[in-house]
Amino acid sequence: MKILVGVKRVVDYAVKVRVGSHGVELKNVKMSLNPFCEIAVEEAVRLKENKGAGVSEIVALSIGPKQCQETLRTALAMGCDRGIHVQTDLRGDYMELQSDAVAKLFQKIIEEKEKDADLVLVGKQSIDSDCGHVGPMLAGYMSWPQATFAAKIDVEGNGLLVERETDQGTETIRIPKLPAVISCDLRLNEPRYATLPNIMKAKKKKIDTFQAEDFGIDLEPKNKVLEVFEPPARKEGIFVDDVNQLIDKLRNEAGVIP
Amino acid sequence: MISIAIRRFARKAKHDSIKGASGLSTAVSTGSRDEFAKAAPPMPVTLLTDDERMIQDSVRKWANHDLKPLVREMEKNELISPSIIQELYTQGYMSLEIPEKYGGVGMNFTSACITIQEISRIDPSIALMVDVHNTLVVNAIRFWASEFLQDKYLPKLATDSVSAFCLSETNAGSDAFSMSTTAKLSSDGSHYVINGTKSWITSAREAALLLVFCNADPSKGYKGITAFLVDTNSPGVQIGKPESKLGLKASSTCQIFFDDVKVDADHVLGEVGQGYKYCIEILNEGRIGIAAQQIGIAKGCLDVVMPYLNEREQFGQKLLNMPALQQQYAQAATELHAAEVMMLNSCRLKENGLPFVKEAAMTKLFASQVAEKISSQSIEWLGGIGYTTDMIVEKFYRDCKVGSIYEGSSNIQRQTIAKIMNSELEQ
Repeated sequence: MKILVGVKRVVDYAVKVRVGSHGVELKNVKMSLNPFCEIAVEEAVRLKENKGAGVSEIVALSIGPKQCQETLRTALAMGCDRGIHVQTDLRGDYMELQSDAVAKLFQKIIEEKEKDADLVLVGKQSIDSDCGHVGPMLAGYMSWPQATFAAKIDVEGNGLLVERETDQGTETIRIPKLPAVISCDLRLNEPRYATLPNIMKAKKKKIDTFQAEDFGIDLEPKNKVLEVFEPPARKEGIFVDDVNQLIDKLRNEAGVIP
Repeated sequence: MISIAIRRFARKAKHDSIKGASGLSTAVSTGSRDEFAKAAPPMPVTLLTDDERMIQDSVRKWANHDLKPLVREMEKNELISPSIIQELYTQGYMSLEIPEKYGGVGMNFTSACITIQEISRIDPSIALMVDVHNTLVVNAIRFWASEFLQDKYLPKLATDSVSAFCLSETNAGSDAFSMSTTAKLSSDGSHYVINGTKSWITSAREAALLLVFCNADPSKGYKGITAFLVDTNSPGVQIGKPESKLGLKASSTCQIFFDDVKVDADHVLGEVGQGYKYCIEILNEGRIGIAAQQIGIAKGCLDVVMPYLNEREQFGQKLLNMPALQQQYAQAATELHAAEVMMLNSCRLKENGLPFVKEAAMTKLFASQVAEKISSQSIEWLGGIGYTTDMIVEKFYRDCKVGSIYEGSSNIQRQTIAKIMNSELEQ
């Protein structure tokens, strides 16, 4: 089984972002591997470590500026075998490069460079655009089965058994045959840190670079972002004297109960 | 990166050719103004390579996630938990500069110092075990041990054997050369017999391998000092009980008694009678690692203090915005930054084969002073709770005090610096 894992370079989850005139300020902001992509990488590595799954190779794919090579190196240090960097300076946080173009780039990479990919693992969403589109869109373009929000992945015969988390509970999806696309949710696993020996080993692993414009895809955004603004500052709450006053305020001021 | 290429040119520079100037920028430019304007300036020492930054991130994550929860418990038990020691090996922290062929990580000295600094931010006791093992014992073996000894010990040191550096004695601290531990060559020349007592040995309780400095020929004074590699389980070796210390409590500090301990002659590190040179040279660089530990301690304090100042309000305003406190924490951050720049610069000087002894001494001296000052101020900035064990800062305050004592006391550092300044003057 050959696995392709999407790894996106995003603003680090701990950063308090600020919004400027052109969206979120990215200058000098700490960037990291998207947490859900990290979970996808961890799952790919665990599948490889499980001999029964028969994973031959894990290829990490990142689309973005040259600093994506660092993101790829983290994935390589966690256990991926090779990296592919699709170079573009377009902003990946929905401001310039959007989901459709990304899904199509993934498709091109699979069709032109990694024809024998059996499984694509992506994070369920990225924490900058929060779209959650690429997994399902890619599956649609490839006409491959998909399972999103995976909380558990088991190899079953020639296919996979995936537990999928929804707001109503968990459902089990059987994918009888590969290839397929799976997007990974929080409870799937807890990613390892790259140990220092693995970070050093990753230096020897190959990263191939391609230019996004060379794939003949329209990279223009399909949606136009009109405005980006911070949510209104939280107003101070009030104290109420008793339950009756609480109900009165909920009903008549907040209008949340009939 | 360009700076690394420039530094490589300067690597073989001798002391004479770089008197005065930093020397690094002259390696490329021939002096014409156009060329000077076009040449890219050398990189700042605070700009780490991609690898080093990855390593820094990785250690920081591990220290915050896996080490932090155990810190107070290890201090209370005065014991580094065996699971943490095992983790130190799995993560590669105990084989930082051991070449890959021996199972090590094969990183550079700067990466080792970065690792020590990031671990110190969470627990300097653990960092100390890592520091002594890597910068004193492993490196001494890499530099001077025979191939036989390297093959025998480096793989073990990379996978599970902790090591200790045995130099000091009760009556030989700063005056290390006056040591009275002796090593007597057997009549057939096949082995030495070691007798004496070493004191203040870090990691003595956990160490499987000891690097022991003994005098093999007291008639020659310090020129008889010889370094030996001794397995802790050798008959006659006894580890004393751990000292009860002010800080760094989890780190074991013990006397080691050598009672007719037999060591094969081929376990001499390097050459007989050169031990005095080896210990001076290895301590010259090891103290950069201690500086990294002290800087990590200071950073660990500010990690706690700055968010606190941003939250705590008195007199209707955040402490962070009070001018009096701003004056103090800005000054503290300035001195910490200076110490860090000195430490990174010392690392780069050493990596480039340039003289660094004076700078390393200055760095260790200054870093230990900065750590003491900042940890003390941090308690004050936190106020009453800073004085309680609810906050980690009181531990940092106690931990850092030995920074101005071990691996060359501050007075010795200043003496070293003065000596070098004198020799520069004479030229």
